[in-house]
Amino acid sequence: MSKGVFSPKTWLLLAAAVACMAVAPQFLSRFYTYLISLVLVTGLLAMSLNLVLGYGGLYQFHHAVFYGVGAYTFALMRVKTGLPSIWAYLAAPVAALLLSLLIGWICVRLSKLYFGMLQISLGSLVWAIVYRWYSFTGGDDGIHGVPIPEALSSIDNAYYFTSAVTLVCLFVMYLIVNSPFGRVFQATRDNPERSEAIGVNVKRQQLVGLMVAGFFAGVAGSLFVTIEGSVFPDMMFWTLSLEILIMCLLGGWFSFFGPMLGAAIVVVLRTVMGIHTEYWTLILGVMLMLLIFFLPEGVLGYFTARWGSRRRAAMEDL
Amino acid sequence: MEFAAHVSWEALLQQVLVGLSRTTILFIVASGLSLVLGVLRIPNVFHGSLYMIGAFLAYSVAVFIGGPAGFAVALLAAPLGVALISLIVERGLFCRLYEREHLMLLLFTFAFMLVFSDLVKLVWGSDYRSLSLPPMLQGSFTILNLPFPRYNLFLLLVGPVVAFGLWFLTNKTKIGKIARAASVDREMVGAVGINVSWVFAAVFIIGCFLAGLGGALVAPTQNITQGMDHAIIIQAFLIVIIGGLGNIWGALLGALIFGLTDAIGILILPQFAIVFPYAAVVIVLIFRPTGLLKATW
Repeated sequence: MSKGVFSPKTWLLLAAAVACMAVAPQFLSRFYTYLISLVLVTGLLAMSLNLVLGYGGLYQFHHAVFYGVGAYTFALMRVKTGLPSIWAYLAAPVAALLLSLLIGWICVRLSKLYFGMLQISLGSLVWAIVYRWYSFTGGDDGIHGVPIPEALSSIDNAYYFTSAVTLVCLFVMYLIVNSPFGRVFQATRDNPERSEAIGVNVKRQQLVGLMVAGFFAGVAGSLFVTIEGSVFPDMMFWTLSLEILIMCLLGGWFSFFGPMLGAAIVVVLRTVMGIHTEYWTLILGVMLMLLIFFLPEGVLGYFTARWGSRRRAAMEDL
Repeated sequence: MEFAAHVSWEALLQQVLVGLSRTTILFIVASGLSLVLGVLRIPNVFHGSLYMIGAFLAYSVAVFIGGPAGFAVALLAAPLGVALISLIVERGLFCRLYEREHLMLLLFTFAFMLVFSDLVKLVWGSDYRSLSLPPMLQGSFTILNLPFPRYNLFLLLVGPVVAFGLWFLTNKTKIGKIARAASVDREMVGAVGINVSWVFAAVFIIGCFLAGLGGALVAPTQNITQGMDHAIIIQAFLIVIIGGLGNIWGALLGALIFGLTDAIGILILPQFAIVFPYAAVVIVLIFRPTGLLKATW
């Protein structure tokens, strides 16, 4: 980390990307602006999952529940209280963080499939409560017409807000992954016994990792409500969690930006295919099968492996 | 939110009997999942899709043949059809993936779930179907002055038969013993000259047959609809987990917990009845994280 966060070339690329994103709404129709916002939110969600899945090796099978709780917290704060919206934006990630502390604390005692299954059952419990608590969460109808702050009510402004928050989150996530904490976290993935032996508290490390991932999922939840204006229990159903897992895998769960690419593929595919056919999950399913057979490292993982052996080496160091 | 102020013993008994019938279905489906998980180490997500296909197939066969015989044929034909589908899937694709990581296998089966759900939509459409019972199984018995549907009693007979059959198959037959050995040490079993690949295929097909059987049995009791797969698979997975991965008796125990908490939950807090089984699962897992009975892996 001695030569700064990024190399000058990366800064240049980043500046170009930000500039493109800044002018994009001037050229694109409302629909595409909305679509990009949705890709960014979903991508943030997938990348937050990958913090624990790719970097921590934890089978976080029910990540959507933190996303959903973030979204519901935001919506309920807006609907049930008269507090300024900034409180809702702060409460959403905090609620998701607290939930991941609770669920993580129960789950970290287990590993791999057991971890994942216990998490699915805890997450399903949360889902079942939200699904049935009509008087508070609106039950299976969800909450529609959540009041969005005046300044963010147009899709362009919501887009700028979403991209700004997403960029900041990605930057912070990048710093976390490359921090001493992130390095140790990856060590616990690669060799938990040895990490334990050199004095790392593996379970605590994993718990903190889960909380960080939950926090960013909560941010993504509040952003989703900002662009969509509604919440519904499907946001925390387990099928969405597996879909997020697919995004990580599709893009490449051993690369930092892979999940964002995976999210873009799935969201765009769903939206575009959804216009032409109602059988888009069939296409997604077949794609996933082909992927597992031929590109087990994901799309981005595949290309980084082909293009740069140096970057490849760097990735393996991570 | 309404609390049931006074829960009568009659109502409780009736709910327990209903819960036990539901337990039968859950057990049949979960035991198939458990078998596949225990022997092949595949967390098979499309097990729920096979259950849904079983229900739709049973409907189609029963309607096609018609009359009381139609239902009887459907009960046999639907699981066999599902078994055939699973044979194709296993021989075509799965047998090449056994060495992969669990996460990959899980996602691969999830991909199949996505494909199957759309295929069912393509074949049967989006409307829900309902199947009526043959006259012999309609109506109800009176037990302790309580009406109890005949079909539920029929289910209560089928459950133990399946449980015993599975126990016999895995513990007393040659293929069962080979399968258990292969799940522990695949290479060694292969080295003594047994074609492990086909043993795994047989176990997979039996497991999937059970999913289809569960679907066919449930068909007359509820609407046959898209989305059946989502509901059942998560329940089946949780049952397998709380019972202990791969343990058939664990699946029975888990199904009992799931079926009974659901049925009794309706008496206590009707609106939150679906929360009870999940809460029970969480409580079990907090105290016994690896399940109630010994897991096979």
